[in-house]
Amino acid sequence: MIETHTQDTTPSFLEYKGRFKGLMGWIFSTDHKRIGLLYLYSMLVFFSVAAILGLLMKLELIAPGKTIMGAQTYNSFFTLHGITMIFLIVVPGLPAVFGNFFLPIMIGAKDVAFPKLNLVSWWIYIIGAFIALSAQFMGDGAPDTGWTFYAPYSFKTGTNMLPAVLGAFILGFSSIVTGINFIVTMHRMRAPGMNWMKMPLFPWALYGTSWIQVLATPIVGVTLLMVVLERTLQIGFFDPALGGDPILYQHLFWIYSHPAVYIMILPAMGVISEIIPTFARKTIFGYTAIVVSTLAIAFVGYFVWGHHMFTSGMSGVALYTFSILTFLVAIPSAIKIFNWVATLHKASIDLQTPFLWALCFLFVFMIGGLSGMVLGALSANVHLHDTAFVVAHFHYIVFGGTGYAFFGALHYWYPKMFGRMYDKSWANIGLAMFFTGFNTLYLPMFYLGMTGMPRRYYDYVDKFHGPNIISSLGAILMIVGLIVIITNLVRSARYGAPAVKDPWKGKTLEWTVASPPSLENFDEIPTVTDHPYKYE
Amino acid sequence: MDNGQHTHIVKYSTFVWILIILLVLTFSSVAITQLDLGVYTVTGALLFASVKSVIVLMYFMHLKFDKKFYAIMMAGIALLLTSVIIVTFLDYLYR
Ligand code: HEM
Ligand SMILES: [Cu+2]
Repeated sequence: MIETHTQDTTPSFLEYKGRFKGLMGWIFSTDHKRIGLLYLYSMLVFFSVAAILGLLMKLELIAPGKTIMGAQTYNSFFTLHGITMIFLIVVPGLPAVFGNFFLPIMIGAKDVAFPKLNLVSWWIYIIGAFIALSAQFMGDGAPDTGWTFYAPYSFKTGTNMLPAVLGAFILGFSSIVTGINFIVTMHRMRAPGMNWMKMPLFPWALYGTSWIQVLATPIVGVTLLMVVLERTLQIGFFDPALGGDPILYQHLFWIYSHPAVYIMILPAMGVISEIIPTFARKTIFGYTAIVVSTLAIAFVGYFVWGHHMFTSGMSGVALYTFSILTFLVAIPSAIKIFNWVATLHKASIDLQTPFLWALCFLFVFMIGGLSGMVLGALSANVHLHDTAFVVAHFHYIVFGGTGYAFFGALHYWYPKMFGRMYDKSWANIGLAMFFTGFNTLYLPMFYLGMTGMPRRYYDYVDKFHGPNIISSLGAILMIVGLIVIITNLVRSARYGAPAVKDPWKGKTLEWTVASPPSLENFDEIPTVTDHPYKYE
Repeated sequence: MDNGQHTHIVKYSTFVWILIILLVLTFSSVAITQLDLGVYTVTGALLFASVKSVIVLMYFMHLKFDKKFYAIMMAGIALLLTSVIIVTFLDYLYR
């Protein structure tokens, strides 16, 4: 790969000199690409911390009894791990990093609709993160409720809940602001000729996601405020002793948090819909079906929250309704899987790293989705609720779905973002280790859950020992894989070979601009005439 | 491109009337809690609140004078929220 940057006269956004220099040129930049990278770097830091907490928990579980930490430490570890992974990483995740960086470029715009608001949302994110994390170090001990803050424990526990809850509340605003920004951007700033049905699928996924962000996040915001008020003023929303209803908390929490799992997974599906046609060298199968199923997931996903509450004492009518709706929401997800697989049929596939990530995504996402069906069945749920089975389910789907898509996206768009190629063999070795470790870690947890091991305990009875050893060893391998992957990417940003405009022969607009793009992305706004995935 | 902005000036007297209506509705939603109407207390209070938000959206937020498209979007959102509330009550009413 000798061709270097296409020698554009305009400097890239990385070299561009704005009003401020150095670090200030980043944290006060309103360039959507720099903001995307700011999110990427912040998330990398948070992710490293949360991943280490996860590893420490698995090390505790390598043998029954107290191994390296006691009950209270374990409780605060899974709480911090969950809050960080959910609220700081997978919820903002793909939209904040790759949405910010690529949405404007993919629809042929120079920036998002409200660049300043975009920067504000990063600042809100950082402030919210610090407030949430400050709970660890101040007051009466780290929070121990789990990321769900269930009432009545969340206002009864003596630990320092307020900053954690307030932090999550503040983070919500960042999400809403980004959502509004993206919706307006897509309505107003598509390049001439790009009508809705010519818009690439990652932007489409972001569109569905943004609506959920705007419409569901306020509900959790209000709910978290209610917890704060309950703790400080004893109002009686949720506390039975004061005439409140603890199940109301669960309703309100999951009315947001189930749609939030679609905030996590829709953009991931969007990424996969970009990667697969590029490396299959083939028009995506059923573009319209993918668009419609995206919107269907976003919509139906609003009405299934009760499946997290099957054992909490809801009415029978509610139980049946939520179970049926849960089964319905699996249909549009399955439609997408069929579309991706059909795209591969008779394709001339180029087995590059991003494509391997997409394949691994399909594998683990299927396991995650199908285990969700098991949990969605009322009778099975009574047995499996709050066991390791649920932990395996959502790691397969959140880590396996959003996480794999995130790394897939990173390997796919890396040349565009940093203007350099990474070392492909190291990338593949890292993926192989990570994938093997991942399955060794989480598959045994399905078995453990089915045989009765509850979640959120630092200890277990002897009969669970064997599978737990395998699982913990898997965690170590997975972390080593992650280190290989991240080291390779960080090193290549400096030493990698320069990347060309279109290293993967992609067809969407981001592959028509320089790698890395200039400040304004396009010298001239393109006019779109064709479908985004025209390969034949 | 038509950016959907055209000036429309609402008379002060209209705003005063709206203020009065909003105040009356606010007091009504407090008053209804004093009557013992069972589930209809909540229904009534929600109804008053909904009428209030519609008025605020129409006049203060200019939905009435803007493109139809925005009104349709808002209606969709209202429908979604209503459905969420109805589904929640599948639990509360049958428990
Ligand atoms: C095929 C579609 C899916 C079905 C049928 C499904 C079903 C379920 C059910 C019934 C539970 C509750 C288990 C219990 O606590 O008893 C659950 C938990 C969970 N699911 Fe899914 N799910 C699906 C997809 C997803 C997706 C796409 C995500 C995220 C990207 C996700 C994330 C989660 C999380 C985070 C939890 C655990 C929450 C907690 O208690 O901490 N699920 N799922
Ligand atoms: Cu759910």
